[in-house]
Amino acid sequence: MGWAIALHGGAGDISLSMPPERRLPREAALRHCLRIGVDALQTQKHPLDVVELVVRELENHPNFNAGKGSVLTTVGTVEMEACIMDGKKNCGAVSGLTTVVNPVSLARLVMEKTPHIYLAFEGAEYFAREQGVETVNSSHFVTPENVERLKQAKEANRVQIDYTQPIQKDGKTENPIADGDGDSQIGTVGCVAVDGNGNLAAATSTGGLVNKMVGRIGDTPIIGAGTYANSLCAVSATGKGESIIRGTVARDVAALMEFKGLSLREAAAYVVEECVPKGKVGLVAVSASGEVTMPFNTTGMFRACATEDGYSEIAIWPSVQE
Amino acid sequence: MGRWAIAVHGGAGVDPNLPQQRQEEAKQLLTRCLNLGISALRSNLPAIDVVELVVRELESDPLFNSGRGSALTEKGTVEMEASIMDGPKRRCGAVSGLTTVKNPISVARLVMEKSPHSYLAFSGAEEFARQQGVELVQNDYFITEENVGMLKLAKETNSILFDYRVPLETCSAGAAAAMDSTLKMNGLPISVYAPETVGCVAVDSEGRCAAATSTGGLMNKMTGRIGDSPLIGAGTYACDLCGISCTGEGEAIIRGTLARDVAAVMEYKGLGLLEAVDFVIKERLDEGKAGLIAVSRNGEVTCRFNSNGMFRGCATEDGFMEVGIWD
Repeated sequence: MGWAIALHGGAGDISLSMPPERRLPREAALRHCLRIGVDALQTQKHPLDVVELVVRELENHPNFNAGKGSVLTTVGTVEMEACIMDGKKNCGAVSGLTTVVNPVSLARLVMEKTPHIYLAFEGAEYFAREQGVETVNSSHFVTPENVERLKQAKEANRVQIDYTQPIQKDGKTENPIADGDGDSQIGTVGCVAVDGNGNLAAATSTGGLVNKMVGRIGDTPIIGAGTYANSLCAVSATGKGESIIRGTVARDVAALMEFKGLSLREAAAYVVEECVPKGKVGLVAVSASGEVTMPFNTTGMFRACATEDGYSEIAIWPSVQE
Repeated sequence: MGRWAIAVHGGAGVDPNLPQQRQEEAKQLLTRCLNLGISALRSNLPAIDVVELVVRELESDPLFNSGRGSALTEKGTVEMEASIMDGPKRRCGAVSGLTTVKNPISVARLVMEKSPHSYLAFSGAEEFARQQGVELVQNDYFITEENVGMLKLAKETNSILFDYRVPLETCSAGAAAAMDSTLKMNGLPISVYAPETVGCVAVDSEGRCAAATSTGGLMNKMTGRIGDSPLIGAGTYACDLCGISCTGEGEAIIRGTLARDVAAVMEYKGLGLLEAVDFVIKERLDEGKAGLIAVSRNGEVTCRFNSNGMFRGCATEDGFMEVGIWD
């Protein structure tokens, strides 16, 4: 028993030859967010507060696909979605946000201040104004990198499930567009946490898919798909939204623990290996007893975790022993 | 070669004082839709086609809360949502926030088959519908006088949760008192039980399961509010083993991932359909009230609910057919 936390910045076909100038800032961000989360748990903050504040931090970071740095729709706009859930199965979700600086916080407000679970588009934006959350001009969320990604996706006439590294200006490319779906380096962000009393929470936030249709909703705000928590565990998934929805990924991790008696690690590994096609999913999960696991079936997943007994890890590609 | 089976619903949570005439109308509609589905199954239409055509029929009839006859938002408009899932390969499609599409379930199907995505909402979904050339109408086509009256009542009692069970804590003391007395509209007694959702599940003779759900959502809901009906795993689910469509308290269905749980219990615990559904209704709803219809690939069908009644009907290939409202 003891607290545990895990967070991710997206799973996908993260090129093994990612140059340091791209890798280092992302690793630093993961380290920073892990630190914030660990500090919060050590000061007895409730996991619901912990996952919200970590995801807010990830949303604010422009290198991950959530909040600022969100990928663009086919018309070049940003439509953000997020979801939060605690171990008692209270939950809140939002979609279609265009001006809200921290979607995860709005999701929390939906959970706590309305009789509903899920608000979207104009209604969600209106609610945000009613609640007085921080809103900005949508251009705030758009980064040059994402403008470039959208351009490339349109040129390749493809919806990128995550998005590829933009082709280097000096012509050195991994030829990312050549590979099948155009997996990306940065998919979604999320955080799961448990405290010493077994209180659990999960939160996920995203800008979705590059070049997505306007109005497209992914797995992130769908309870049981991209986000889930109950008394056994908390899960946040990332990858190809359509596959995660169909595979009810987050729910299935918990269901396997409950109905088949699998451990957290076994359940998560099973879901990632058997329930979703290869190259499409990664997740982070913690159990009520303080275990943590971060499996993925993609090339890599930006991730970090720590447990009370001193273990911690920050990584992008599979660890040596896996 | 399996046996086909089909079930339909028109919502869980029924006013115990529902006038007899309304009960008859409901049963007739359920019967008509069931027969439509049965005909289709007999002519070997795949389950996915069957559930779509049955739900289209339910959407077109103003009696239940979907398509025409949808509950109204706080603004007096209609925002419809739906989802559909095909058991083999677990393909799925969903829509929310539709305002001009005559048959939301068909757009959900088009999302599944003609778009690279699984779920489209609001203006993006409307635009997609337009591009696909589906039948569009003005928003007022969906609005019925009865629902205008219900909305007025909901606003008067200041109840934003106007589902079949009015949570008294959201009403003023006066309104709560009014709940107990017989409320009247147009001289007829009515209650605060609002119509719910519609759905259909079917398994064809090849053993393929499918599920579809459609709704206008909660009466007096906030604009932009999404319920359980379009959420895969909550209101709708289908896989190799079964097809499920749920109805009732949206929040309870979402938190309980009700539709997925039936299938998960079958898959991971090895329970049969009937046991799985009983388990989920008994153990997964906590304080919530809901119901569901389900079929299995073996041709079994069941309808279960812990709410006060559920408009439902089911039929199997060996001649069984039943339409009901109460326990």
